[in-house]
Amino acid sequence: MTEPGLMRIVGLIVARELRLAVRHWDQVVQPLIFFVVVTTLFPLAISPSLNELRNIAPGVVWVAAMLASLLALESLFRPDVEDGTIEQWALSGQPLSLLLLAKTVTHWLLAGLPLVIMAPIVGTALGMPMSVWPVLAGSLALGTGCLSILGGIGAALTVAVRRGSVLLALLVLPLEMPVLIFGARAVDLAMHGEAVAGPLNLLAAMLLLCLALGPFAMSAAMRISLE
Amino acid sequence: MAEFFRMGGYAAYVWSCYGLTLAVLAGNVWLARRELAAQVQRATRRNQASVATGSAVNAS
Amino acid sequence: MWLWFYKLASPPYAYAMAARLRPWLLWSALILMAVAAYGGLVLAPPDYQQKDAFRIMYVHVPSAILSLSVYIILAVAAGIGIIWRIKLAHAVAAACAPIGASFTVLALATGSIWGKPMWGTWWEWDPRLTSELIQLFLYLGYMALRSSFDDTQRADRASAILAIVGVVNVPVVKYSVVWWNSLHQGPSISKMAAPSIASPMLWPLLIMLLAFMLYFAAVLCDRIRAEILKRERNASWLNALAAGT
Repeated sequence: MTEPGLMRIVGLIVARELRLAVRHWDQVVQPLIFFVVVTTLFPLAISPSLNELRNIAPGVVWVAAMLASLLALESLFRPDVEDGTIEQWALSGQPLSLLLLAKTVTHWLLAGLPLVIMAPIVGTALGMPMSVWPVLAGSLALGTGCLSILGGIGAALTVAVRRGSVLLALLVLPLEMPVLIFGARAVDLAMHGEAVAGPLNLLAAMLLLCLALGPFAMSAAMRISLE
Repeated sequence: MAEFFRMGGYAAYVWSCYGLTLAVLAGNVWLARRELAAQVQRATRRNQASVATGSAVNAS
Repeated sequence: MWLWFYKLASPPYAYAMAARLRPWLLWSALILMAVAAYGGLVLAPPDYQQKDAFRIMYVHVPSAILSLSVYIILAVAAGIGIIWRIKLAHAVAAACAPIGASFTVLALATGSIWGKPMWGTWWEWDPRLTSELIQLFLYLGYMALRSSFDDTQRADRASAILAIVGVVNVPVVKYSVVWWNSLHQGPSISKMAAPSIASPMLWPLLIMLLAFMLYFAAVLCDRIRAEILKRERNASWLNALAAGT
C-alpha cells in the first residue's frame, strides 16, 4: 500500500474537521451569534439614528468580526492537543506546518466564512447601502483569512497555558491591527464611493504573507507547546 | 535663572517630562539591581544547601 | 574572532564581562546625559515656533528611538537563541523586554505631555504616537507570554516565536498606521517638521541619544546577569561565585 499523498491528508483533515463541526454545530454558531449581539450593542450605546450609525458601521462590523474570530480561536487546537491528535501529527513525519494550516483553513471555513455571509445583513441594519456589500464581503473574506492564521499562531503558542484566552487576545489583537485598518478603510471608502483597490490589494498582500510565513511560525510554536 | 525655570511659560510641560524621564531612568536601574540581588541571593542559598547536604557540586 | 564569540556566549564569561562593563557604561551615560541636558535646556536657543516646549524633544525622541531599536535587538537575540539554541541569547532577549517597555511608556508619556501645548490635547491619534502605543502592546504581550510559563526554557522558546512574528509585523504596523492617518486628516502637524534642525539644537539630541544607548547597555548588563543566574541552576562556576561572595 502506498502512503497517501500530502494533498489527500490535507483533504482528510478538512473533511474530519467539517464532520466534527456538523456534529457540534452549536459551537460553530456561537461566534456568529456573538458577532450579531456585539453589533447590536452599538445602536443601543450610541444612537438609533441610521445617519449616525452609518459613519461608524464599517468599524463596528470589523471590530465585531475580529472579536468573533478571536472567540473561535480558543477551541482551534486545544481539544486536539488534549486528546493527543496533534502530537500524533507531529510524530507522523508529515510537515506539521501544512497539517496545522489545513486545520486553520477549516477554522476559517467555520468561523470566517459565516461572518463574511452575515456581515452584509448586519451592515444593512447599521445603515450601509447595498452597493457596499461586495466590498464588505470581499474585505472580510481576505481579512478574516489573515485573522485566522495570525490567531492560529497565537493559539499554538498559548495552547499549553492554562486559562490562556485573555493572554491569547493580548498577543493576537496587536498583530491584527493592520488588518483592521485596511479592512475597515476599504468599506469606508466604498461607502463614500471612492476607489477601494488600494486597501483590498494590501489586504490580499497581507493574506499572502500570512499564508507564506504563518504555517512555519504555527508549527514551531506548536512543537514548543507539545514538549 | 528664574527665566530658565519658567521655560517661556512651558515650565509645567518641560519639567514634568524631564522629571518623568529621570524617574523612569532611576527606576530601571533600581529594579534591575533589585532583581540581580534577588537572583544572587537565590544562587547563594542553593549553593549553601547543596554544600550542607553534601551533594555533588555540579549536579547539571 | 570566532573564538572570542564563543567565549562571549559562555555564561560565566558573559556574567563577568557584564559585571565589569556596567559601571563604565553607566557613568559615561550619566555624564553624557548631563552634558546633553545642559546643551538642550540651556545652550540651545528657543525654537521660533514651539518656543521652549521643543526641549521636550531631548527626552522624547531618544526614548522613542530606543523603544523600537530595543525591540529589534530583542527579536534578533530571540532569533539567534532559537536557531542556534544559545541560552545566553535568550537571556539577552528576556532582559531587553522590561527596559524596552519602560522606554515605550516614557515616549508615550512625554509625547502626550508635549502634545498638550502643541496640539491643545493630551492625545492625538498621530501616526507616531499610535504606532508607539501598538509597540507597547507588543512588549506587554511578550512579557505576559513569558510570565505564563513556569519553565524558563519553554518561556524562552515560545516568547522567541512571538518576538519574531512581532518584528515582522512592526513595519506593517508602521506603514498601515501612517496610511490610515494620512487618509483621515491632512498631513498632520509633525512634531519633527524641521528638515534642518540648527546645529546648536541638534548636537544635544545626538549626545542624548548616545547617552540613552549607553544607559540601556548598562541596565541590560544587570538584567542579563540576573537572567543568567535564573538559567544556570547548578553550574559549578555559580557555586564558586556564590562561595566567593
